[in-house]
Amino acid sequence: MPNRPSSRTPSSKTPRKLATYRRFRPGTQPAYNYPPYASTQKRCPTQPLVLPPQTLSEITGPVFGAGDLKPTDNDLTRQHKGDPIGERIVVSGRVLDENGKPVPHTLVEIWQANAAGRYPHRTDQHNAPLDPNFSGAGRTLTDAEGRYRFITIRPGEYPWRNHYNAWRPAHIHFSLFGQAFLTRMVTQMYFPGDPLLPYDPMFTCIENEAARNRLVSTFDWENTIPEQALGYRFDIVLRGREETPMEKMP
Amino acid sequence: MSLHASGSQTVGPYLHIGLNWLTIRDIAGRGVKGERVTITGRLLDGGGVGVSDGLIEIWQANAAGKYAHPEDLQAKPLEPGWRGFGRIPTDAKGGFRFSTIKPGRVPGPGGVLQAPHLVVAVFMRGLLKHLATRVYFPDEAAANADDPILNLVPAARRTTLIPRKKGKALEWNIVLQGKGETVFFDY
Repeated sequence: MPNRPSSRTPSSKTPRKLATYRRFRPGTQPAYNYPPYASTQKRCPTQPLVLPPQTLSEITGPVFGAGDLKPTDNDLTRQHKGDPIGERIVVSGRVLDENGKPVPHTLVEIWQANAAGRYPHRTDQHNAPLDPNFSGAGRTLTDAEGRYRFITIRPGEYPWRNHYNAWRPAHIHFSLFGQAFLTRMVTQMYFPGDPLLPYDPMFTCIENEAARNRLVSTFDWENTIPEQALGYRFDIVLRGREETPMEKMP
Repeated sequence: MSLHASGSQTVGPYLHIGLNWLTIRDIAGRGVKGERVTITGRLLDGGGVGVSDGLIEIWQANAAGKYAHPEDLQAKPLEPGWRGFGRIPTDAKGGFRFSTIKPGRVPGPGGVLQAPHLVVAVFMRGLLKHLATRVYFPDEAAANADDPILNLVPAARRTTLIPRKKGKALEWNIVLQGKGETVFFDY
Protein backbone atom coordinates (compact mmCIF):
# COMPACT_ATOMS: atom_id res chain seq x y z
CA MET A 1 0.00 0.00 0.00
CA PRO A 2 1.36 3.40 -0.89
CA ASN A 3 1.57 5.92 1.88
CA ARG A 4 -1.57 7.92 2.02
CA PRO A 5 -1.82 11.47 3.33
CA SER A 6 -2.72 11.80 6.97
CA SER A 7 -6.33 12.47 6.07
CA ARG A 8 -6.73 8.78 5.27
CA THR A 9 -5.52 7.78 8.69
CA PRO A 10 -8.41 7.17 11.02
CA SER A 11 -8.29 9.45 14.02
CA SER A 12 -6.90 7.97 17.19
CA LYS A 13 -10.35 7.82 18.72
CA THR A 14 -12.74 5.34 17.24
CA PRO A 15 -15.42 7.39 15.50
CA ARG A 16 -18.84 7.01 17.03
CA LYS A 17 -21.40 5.52 14.74
CA LEU A 18 -23.49 8.40 13.50
CA ALA A 19 -27.19 8.40 14.25
CA THR A 20 -28.24 8.77 10.63
CA TYR A 21 -31.68 9.64 9.30
CA ARG A 22 -33.85 7.31 7.27
CA ARG A 23 -34.69 8.18 3.70
CA PHE A 24 -38.14 9.49 2.82
CA ARG A 25 -40.66 6.81 1.93
CA PRO A 26 -41.67 6.70 -1.74
CA GLY A 27 -44.66 8.83 -2.62
CA THR A 28 -44.46 11.13 0.39
CA GLN A 29 -42.34 13.82 -1.26
CA PRO A 30 -42.86 15.72 -4.51
CA ALA A 31 -40.68 15.18 -7.57
CA TYR A 32 -38.54 18.12 -8.62
CA ASN A 33 -39.98 17.89 -12.12
CA TYR A 34 -43.75 18.19 -11.84
CA PRO A 35 -45.17 19.63 -15.10
CA PRO A 36 -48.59 20.64 -13.66
CA TYR A 37 -46.68 23.23 -11.60
CA ALA A 38 -45.26 25.16 -14.54
CA SER A 39 -42.45 26.88 -12.64
CA THR A 40 -40.74 23.55 -11.96
CA GLN A 41 -39.84 23.23 -15.62
CA LYS A 42 -36.86 25.60 -15.63
CA ARG A 43 -35.95 25.06 -12.01
CA CYS A 44 -35.71 21.30 -11.52
CA PRO A 45 -32.31 19.62 -11.80
CA THR A 46 -31.96 17.53 -14.95
CA GLN A 47 -28.90 15.52 -13.87
CA PRO A 48 -29.31 12.68 -11.38
CA LEU A 49 -28.78 13.69 -7.76
CA VAL A 50 -25.71 12.22 -6.05
CA LEU A 51 -26.45 10.03 -3.01
CA PRO A 52 -23.67 10.42 -0.44
CA PRO A 53 -23.50 8.88 3.02
CA GLN A 54 -24.68 11.15 5.82
CA THR A 55 -21.84 12.77 7.72
CA LEU A 56 -21.45 14.97 10.78
CA SER A 57 -22.09 17.92 8.43
CA GLU A 58 -25.64 16.79 7.71
CA ILE A 59 -26.72 15.27 11.01
CA THR A 60 -25.98 18.58 12.71
CA GLY A 61 -27.78 21.85 12.04
CA PRO A 62 -28.37 25.31 13.48
CA VAL A 63 -29.75 25.63 16.97
CA PHE A 64 -32.00 28.56 17.85
CA GLY A 65 -33.10 29.81 21.23
CA ALA A 66 -35.49 32.17 22.92
CA GLY A 67 -32.97 34.97 22.43
CA ASP A 68 -33.60 34.82 18.69
CA LEU A 69 -37.29 35.66 19.10
CA LYS A 70 -39.63 38.14 20.68
CA PRO A 71 -42.33 36.60 22.89
CA THR A 72 -45.03 38.16 20.68
CA ASP A 73 -43.65 36.73 17.44
CA ASN A 74 -46.23 33.93 17.51
CA ASP A 75 -49.24 36.31 17.52
CA LEU A 76 -49.75 37.72 14.02
CA THR A 77 -52.77 39.73 15.17
CA ARG A 78 -50.68 41.90 17.53
CA GLN A 79 -47.97 43.24 15.27
CA HIS A 80 -49.59 46.60 14.49
CA LYS A 81 -51.66 49.25 16.21
CA GLY A 82 -55.02 47.95 15.06
CA ASP A 83 -56.65 44.57 14.67
CA PRO A 84 -56.26 42.87 11.30
CA ILE A 85 -59.37 42.26 9.22
CA GLY A 86 -60.49 38.64 9.09
CA GLU A 87 -61.38 35.64 11.14
CA ARG A 88 -59.02 35.09 14.09
CA ILE A 89 -57.73 31.52 14.32
CA VAL A 90 -55.44 29.53 16.59
CA VAL A 91 -53.09 27.21 14.72
CA SER A 92 -51.33 24.74 16.97
CA GLY A 93 -49.91 21.27 16.92
CA ARG A 94 -46.81 19.23 17.46
CA VAL A 95 -43.60 18.73 15.58
CA LEU A 96 -42.74 15.03 15.64
CA ASP A 97 -40.24 12.81 13.89
CA GLU A 98 -41.09 9.66 11.95
CA ASN A 99 -40.52 7.62 15.11
CA GLY A 100 -43.25 9.60 16.85
CA LYS A 101 -40.78 11.42 19.08
CA PRO A 102 -41.44 15.11 19.69
CA VAL A 103 -38.94 17.58 18.25
CA PRO A 104 -38.33 20.02 21.11
CA HIS A 105 -37.09 23.62 21.01
CA THR A 106 -37.01 23.87 17.26
CA LEU A 107 -37.70 26.98 15.22
CA VAL A 108 -41.02 27.18 13.35
CA GLU A 109 -41.52 30.08 10.92
CA ILE A 110 -44.78 30.85 9.13
CA TRP A 111 -45.98 33.29 6.48
CA GLN A 112 -49.33 33.75 4.78
CA ALA A 113 -51.65 36.03 2.80
CA ASN A 114 -54.10 38.34 4.55
CA ALA A 115 -57.83 37.63 4.78
CA ALA A 116 -58.35 39.00 1.26
CA GLY A 117 -55.71 36.74 -0.24
CA ARG A 118 -53.03 39.40 -0.63
CA TYR A 119 -49.39 39.41 0.45
CA PRO A 120 -47.60 42.64 1.37
CA HIS A 121 -44.92 41.93 -1.23
CA ARG A 122 -43.85 44.04 -4.20
CA THR A 123 -44.43 41.19 -6.64
CA ASP A 124 -47.98 40.43 -5.49
CA GLN A 125 -50.20 42.32 -7.95
CA HIS A 126 -53.47 40.65 -7.01
CA ASN A 127 -56.29 43.19 -7.02
CA ALA A 128 -57.26 42.66 -3.38
CA PRO A 129 -56.72 45.08 -0.51
CA LEU A 130 -53.66 45.12 1.69
CA ASP A 131 -54.29 45.25 5.41
CA PRO A 132 -52.13 47.82 7.23
CA ASN A 133 -52.59 45.80 10.40
CA PHE A 134 -51.38 42.50 9.03
CA SER A 135 -47.88 41.54 7.86
CA GLY A 136 -48.48 37.80 7.76
CA ALA A 137 -45.23 36.51 9.29
CA GLY A 138 -44.61 34.77 12.60
CA ARG A 139 -42.24 32.41 14.34
CA THR A 140 -41.91 30.46 17.52
CA LEU A 141 -39.98 27.65 19.16
CA THR A 142 -41.56 24.33 20.00
CA ASP A 143 -41.67 23.50 23.70
CA ALA A 144 -40.08 20.46 25.36
CA GLU A 145 -42.91 18.25 24.01
CA GLY A 146 -42.65 19.59 20.47
CA ARG A 147 -45.76 21.78 20.76
CA TYR A 148 -46.17 25.12 19.02
CA ARG A 149 -48.99 27.65 18.81
CA PHE A 150 -49.77 30.66 16.63
CA ILE A 151 -52.60 33.17 16.69
CA THR A 152 -53.36 34.58 13.26
CA ILE A 153 -56.22 35.23 10.87
CA ARG A 154 -57.55 32.82 8.30
CA PRO A 155 -55.75 33.52 5.01
CA GLY A 156 -57.75 34.12 1.84
CA GLU A 157 -57.55 32.15 -1.38
CA TYR A 158 -55.94 33.97 -4.30
CA PRO A 159 -55.51 33.56 -8.06
CA TRP A 160 -52.23 32.69 -9.73
CA ARG A 161 -51.25 32.27 -13.33
CA ASN A 162 -50.18 28.65 -13.41
CA HIS A 163 -53.14 27.60 -15.59
CA TYR A 164 -56.54 28.95 -16.64
CA ASN A 165 -58.59 30.14 -13.66
CA ALA A 166 -56.03 28.86 -11.17
CA TRP A 167 -56.60 29.64 -7.49
CA ARG A 168 -54.45 28.65 -4.55
CA PRO A 169 -56.40 27.08 -1.70
CA ALA A 170 -56.08 28.93 1.59
CA HIS A 171 -52.73 28.00 3.09
CA ILE A 172 -50.05 28.93 5.58
CA HIS A 173 -46.36 28.38 4.72
CA PHE A 174 -44.36 26.57 7.41
CA SER A 175 -40.57 26.43 7.67
CA LEU A 176 -38.92 24.07 10.16
CA PHE A 177 -35.38 23.10 11.07
CA GLY A 178 -35.55 20.06 13.33
CA GLN A 179 -32.30 18.84 14.83
CA ALA A 180 -30.19 18.49 11.69
CA PHE A 181 -29.51 19.99 8.29
CA LEU A 182 -31.21 16.85 6.99
CA THR A 183 -34.45 17.52 8.83
CA ARG A 184 -34.93 20.98 7.30
CA MET A 185 -38.47 21.16 5.94
CA VAL A 186 -40.63 23.76 4.24
CA THR A 187 -44.26 22.84 3.77
CA GLN A 188 -47.75 24.35 3.61
CA MET A 189 -50.78 23.88 5.82
CA TYR A 190 -54.23 23.73 4.23
CA PHE A 191 -57.72 23.98 5.70
CA PRO A 192 -60.21 21.11 5.96
CA GLY A 193 -62.89 20.90 3.29
CA ASP A 194 -61.29 23.42 0.93
CA PRO A 195 -62.89 22.79 -2.51
CA LEU A 196 -59.78 24.11 -4.28
CA LEU A 197 -57.48 21.34 -3.03
CA PRO A 198 -58.05 18.80 -5.85
CA TYR A 199 -57.27 21.51 -8.44
CA ASP A 200 -54.06 22.67 -6.80
CA PRO A 201 -50.79 21.28 -8.21
CA MET A 202 -48.98 22.14 -4.98
CA PHE A 203 -51.32 19.83 -3.12
CA THR A 204 -51.52 17.12 -5.79
CA CYS A 205 -47.73 16.98 -6.27
CA ILE A 206 -47.60 14.59 -3.33
CA GLU A 207 -48.50 11.22 -4.76
CA ASN A 208 -49.39 9.30 -1.61
CA GLU A 209 -52.89 10.16 -0.44
CA ALA A 210 -52.18 9.77 3.28
CA ALA A 211 -49.08 11.93 2.95
CA ARG A 212 -51.05 14.53 1.00
CA ASN A 213 -53.78 14.65 3.59
CA ARG A 214 -51.23 15.18 6.34
CA LEU A 215 -50.92 18.72 4.97
CA VAL A 216 -54.58 19.44 5.73
CA SER A 217 -55.20 20.78 9.24
CA THR A 218 -58.19 19.62 11.27
CA PHE A 219 -60.73 21.69 13.16
CA ASP A 220 -59.61 21.76 16.77
CA TRP A 221 -62.47 22.32 19.18
CA GLU A 222 -60.29 21.90 22.26
CA ASN A 223 -58.06 24.78 21.24
CA THR A 224 -60.91 26.94 20.01
CA ILE A 225 -61.18 30.01 22.27
CA PRO A 226 -64.80 30.80 23.18
CA GLU A 227 -65.98 34.13 21.73
CA GLN A 228 -62.50 34.62 20.22
CA ALA A 229 -60.99 32.28 17.69
CA LEU A 230 -61.47 28.93 15.94
CA GLY A 231 -58.75 26.36 16.47
CA TYR A 232 -56.97 24.35 13.80
CA ARG A 233 -54.57 21.54 14.54
CA PHE A 234 -51.58 20.88 12.32
CA ASP A 235 -48.96 18.30 13.26
CA ILE A 236 -45.74 18.22 11.25
CA VAL A 237 -43.58 15.13 10.88
CA LEU A 238 -39.87 15.54 10.15
CA ARG A 239 -37.42 12.82 9.15
CA GLY A 240 -36.57 10.37 11.93
CA ARG A 241 -33.46 8.43 12.82
CA GLU A 242 -32.67 5.19 11.11
CA GLU A 243 -32.52 3.48 14.46
CA THR A 244 -32.94 4.88 17.94
CA PRO A 245 -29.45 5.19 19.40
CA MET A 246 -28.92 3.50 22.73
CA GLU A 247 -29.49 5.93 25.56
CA LYS A 248 -26.12 5.41 27.17
CA MET A 249 -24.66 8.85 26.93
CA PRO A 250 -24.02 10.38 30.36
CA MET B 1 -44.61 4.03 16.22
CA SER B 2 -43.87 4.98 12.65
CA LEU B 3 -45.21 8.08 10.94
CA HIS B 4 -44.72 9.25 7.41
CA ALA B 5 -42.88 12.54 7.07
CA SER B 6 -44.85 15.59 5.99
CA GLY B 7 -44.59 16.40 2.31
CA SER B 8 -42.30 19.21 1.25
CA GLN B 9 -43.86 22.22 -0.48
CA THR B 10 -42.40 25.15 -2.34
CA VAL B 11 -41.54 28.36 -0.51
CA GLY B 12 -43.47 30.16 -3.27
CA PRO B 13 -42.81 33.69 -4.53
CA TYR B 14 -43.40 35.46 -1.20
CA LEU B 15 -40.81 33.58 0.84
CA HIS B 16 -39.16 36.83 1.91
CA ILE B 17 -42.14 37.74 4.09
CA GLY B 18 -41.54 34.80 6.38
CA LEU B 19 -37.81 34.24 6.07
CA ASN B 20 -35.98 37.56 5.64
CA TRP B 21 -36.07 38.42 9.36
CA LEU B 22 -33.26 35.90 9.84
CA THR B 23 -31.06 37.11 6.97
CA ILE B 24 -27.42 36.48 7.92
CA ARG B 25 -24.85 37.51 5.31
CA ASP B 26 -21.94 37.68 7.73
CA ILE B 27 -21.70 34.22 9.21
CA ALA B 28 -18.58 34.80 11.30
CA GLY B 29 -18.76 37.92 13.45
CA ARG B 30 -15.85 39.93 14.74
CA GLY B 31 -13.35 38.04 16.80
CA VAL B 32 -14.10 34.69 15.20
CA LYS B 33 -10.89 32.91 14.25
CA GLY B 34 -10.21 31.75 10.72
CA GLU B 35 -9.41 32.76 7.18
CA ARG B 36 -11.99 35.27 5.96
CA VAL B 37 -13.73 34.48 2.69
CA THR B 38 -16.42 36.25 0.70
CA ILE B 39 -18.49 34.18 -1.69
CA THR B 40 -20.51 35.81 -4.42
CA GLY B 41 -22.55 34.36 -7.22
CA ARG B 42 -25.89 33.96 -8.92
CA LEU B 43 -28.72 31.46 -8.77
CA LEU B 44 -29.60 30.70 -12.41
CA ASP B 45 -32.57 28.86 -13.89
CA GLY B 46 -32.63 26.63 -16.97
CA GLY B 47 -32.89 29.66 -19.25
CA GLY B 48 -29.84 31.29 -17.69
CA VAL B 49 -32.09 33.82 -15.97
CA GLY B 50 -31.32 34.88 -12.40
CA VAL B 51 -33.79 33.59 -9.80
CA SER B 52 -35.05 36.63 -7.90
CA ASP B 53 -37.33 34.66 -5.58
CA GLY B 54 -34.73 32.37 -4.11
CA LEU B 55 -32.76 31.97 -0.92
CA ILE B 56 -29.77 29.95 0.19
CA GLU B 57 -28.88 28.72 3.63
CA ILE B 58 -25.37 27.85 4.78
CA TRP B 59 -24.32 25.47 7.54
CA GLN B 60 -20.69 25.11 8.49
CA ALA B 61 -18.13 24.21 11.12
CA ASN B 62 -15.79 26.78 12.68
CA ALA B 63 -12.11 27.07 11.77
CA ALA B 64 -11.26 24.24 14.15
CA GLY B 65 -13.69 21.93 12.35
CA LYS B 66 -16.38 21.81 15.01
CA TYR B 67 -20.11 22.34 14.59
CA ALA B 68 -22.15 24.31 17.11
CA HIS B 69 -24.41 21.36 17.74
CA PRO B 70 -24.80 18.96 20.69
CA GLU B 71 -24.07 15.90 18.51
CA ASP B 72 -20.61 17.15 17.58
CA LEU B 73 -18.66 15.54 20.41
CA GLN B 74 -15.19 16.33 19.06
CA ALA B 75 -12.79 17.77 21.61
CA LYS B 76 -12.25 20.98 19.67
CA PRO B 77 -12.76 24.61 20.69
CA LEU B 78 -16.00 26.42 19.98
CA GLU B 79 -16.04 30.18 20.46
CA PRO B 80 -19.04 31.61 22.32
CA GLY B 81 -21.62 33.04 19.97
CA TRP B 82 -20.53 30.92 17.02
CA ARG B 83 -23.53 29.41 15.21
CA GLY B 84 -22.27 28.72 11.72
CA PHE B 85 -25.56 29.47 10.00
CA GLY B 86 -26.21 31.85 7.13
CA ARG B 87 -29.38 32.78 5.26
CA ILE B 88 -29.04 34.86 2.12
CA PRO B 89 -32.00 35.84 -0.10
CA THR B 90 -31.16 36.39 -3.78
CA ASP B 91 -31.49 39.88 -5.22
CA ALA B 92 -33.55 40.98 -8.25
CA LYS B 93 -30.95 39.48 -10.61
CA GLY B 94 -30.54 36.24 -8.70
CA GLY B 95 -27.32 37.43 -7.08
CA PHE B 96 -26.11 36.58 -3.60
CA ARG B 97 -23.07 37.47 -1.50
CA PHE B 98 -21.97 36.37 1.93
CA SER B 99 -18.88 36.41 4.14
CA THR B 100 -17.60 33.82 6.52
CA ILE B 101 -14.48 31.99 7.58
CA LYS B 102 -13.16 28.87 5.91
CA PRO B 103 -14.23 25.96 8.10
CA GLY B 104 -11.80 23.39 9.41
CA ARG B 105 -11.90 19.74 8.41
CA VAL B 106 -14.57 17.54 9.94
CA PRO B 107 -14.73 13.75 10.06
CA GLY B 108 -16.44 11.87 7.27
CA PRO B 109 -17.31 8.20 6.70
CA GLY B 110 -15.03 5.86 8.66
CA GLY B 111 -13.27 8.76 10.35
CA VAL B 112 -11.64 9.94 7.10
CA LEU B 113 -11.39 13.71 7.22
CA GLN B 114 -13.49 15.70 4.78
CA ALA B 115 -12.08 18.68 2.92
CA PRO B 116 -13.25 22.07 4.24
CA HIS B 117 -16.76 22.65 2.96
CA LEU B 118 -19.97 24.55 3.47
CA VAL B 119 -23.29 22.74 3.39
CA VAL B 120 -25.87 24.62 1.32
CA ALA B 121 -29.66 24.41 1.05
CA VAL B 122 -31.36 26.14 -1.91
CA PHE B 123 -34.97 27.34 -1.80
CA MET B 124 -37.05 29.10 -4.46
CA ARG B 125 -40.42 29.39 -6.10
CA GLY B 126 -40.79 26.51 -8.54
CA LEU B 127 -38.83 24.13 -6.34
CA LEU B 128 -41.12 21.71 -4.55
CA LYS B 129 -38.38 20.42 -2.28
CA HIS B 130 -35.24 22.36 -1.38
CA LEU B 131 -31.96 21.27 -2.91
CA ALA B 132 -28.80 20.33 -1.02
CA THR B 133 -25.33 21.06 -2.31
CA ARG B 134 -21.84 21.91 -1.00
CA VAL B 135 -19.14 24.50 -1.49
CA TYR B 136 -15.49 23.40 -1.40
CA PHE B 137 -12.46 25.71 -1.62
CA PRO B 138 -10.15 26.18 -4.61
CA ASP B 139 -6.97 26.44 -2.51
CA GLU B 140 -7.53 23.01 -0.94
CA ALA B 141 -6.61 20.87 -3.94
CA ALA B 142 -5.00 18.07 -1.91
CA ALA B 143 -7.85 17.82 0.59
CA ASN B 144 -10.43 18.07 -2.19
CA ALA B 145 -8.76 15.21 -4.08
CA ASP B 146 -9.18 12.99 -1.02
CA ASP B 147 -12.64 14.15 0.00
CA PRO B 148 -14.95 11.12 0.37
CA ILE B 149 -18.06 13.02 -0.75
CA LEU B 150 -16.49 14.91 -3.64
CA ASN B 151 -15.11 11.60 -4.89
CA LEU B 152 -18.66 10.30 -5.33
CA VAL B 153 -19.33 13.08 -7.85
CA PRO B 154 -18.54 12.37 -11.51
CA ALA B 155 -15.11 13.92 -12.09
CA ALA B 156 -16.29 16.30 -14.81
CA ARG B 157 -18.91 17.81 -12.50
CA ARG B 158 -16.79 18.35 -9.37
CA THR B 159 -15.84 21.85 -10.46
CA THR B 160 -19.47 22.92 -9.98
CA LEU B 161 -18.86 22.65 -6.23
CA ILE B 162 -15.60 24.62 -6.20
CA PRO B 163 -15.80 28.42 -6.55
CA ARG B 164 -13.32 30.32 -8.69
CA LYS B 165 -11.14 33.13 -7.39
CA LYS B 166 -12.43 36.48 -8.55
CA GLY B 167 -10.40 39.33 -7.13
CA LYS B 168 -10.49 39.01 -3.37
CA ALA B 169 -13.73 37.05 -3.43
CA LEU B 170 -14.73 33.58 -4.54
CA GLU B 171 -17.32 33.28 -7.28
CA TRP B 172 -19.77 30.39 -7.14
CA ASN B 173 -22.88 30.15 -9.29
CA ILE B 174 -25.73 27.76 -8.65
CA VAL B 175 -26.90 26.50 -12.04
CA LEU B 176 -30.17 24.60 -11.96
CA GLN B 177 -30.12 23.08 -15.43
CA GLY B 178 -27.96 22.54 -18.50
CA LYS B 179 -24.29 23.34 -19.09
CA GLY B 180 -22.45 23.46 -15.81
CA GLU B 181 -25.47 22.21 -13.88
CA THR B 182 -24.56 22.25 -10.21
CA VAL B 183 -24.29 18.92 -8.44
CA PHE B 184 -27.08 18.43 -5.94
CA PHE B 185 -27.17 15.78 -3.24
CA ASP B 186 -29.91 13.51 -2.02
CA TYR B 187 -29.20 12.23 1.48
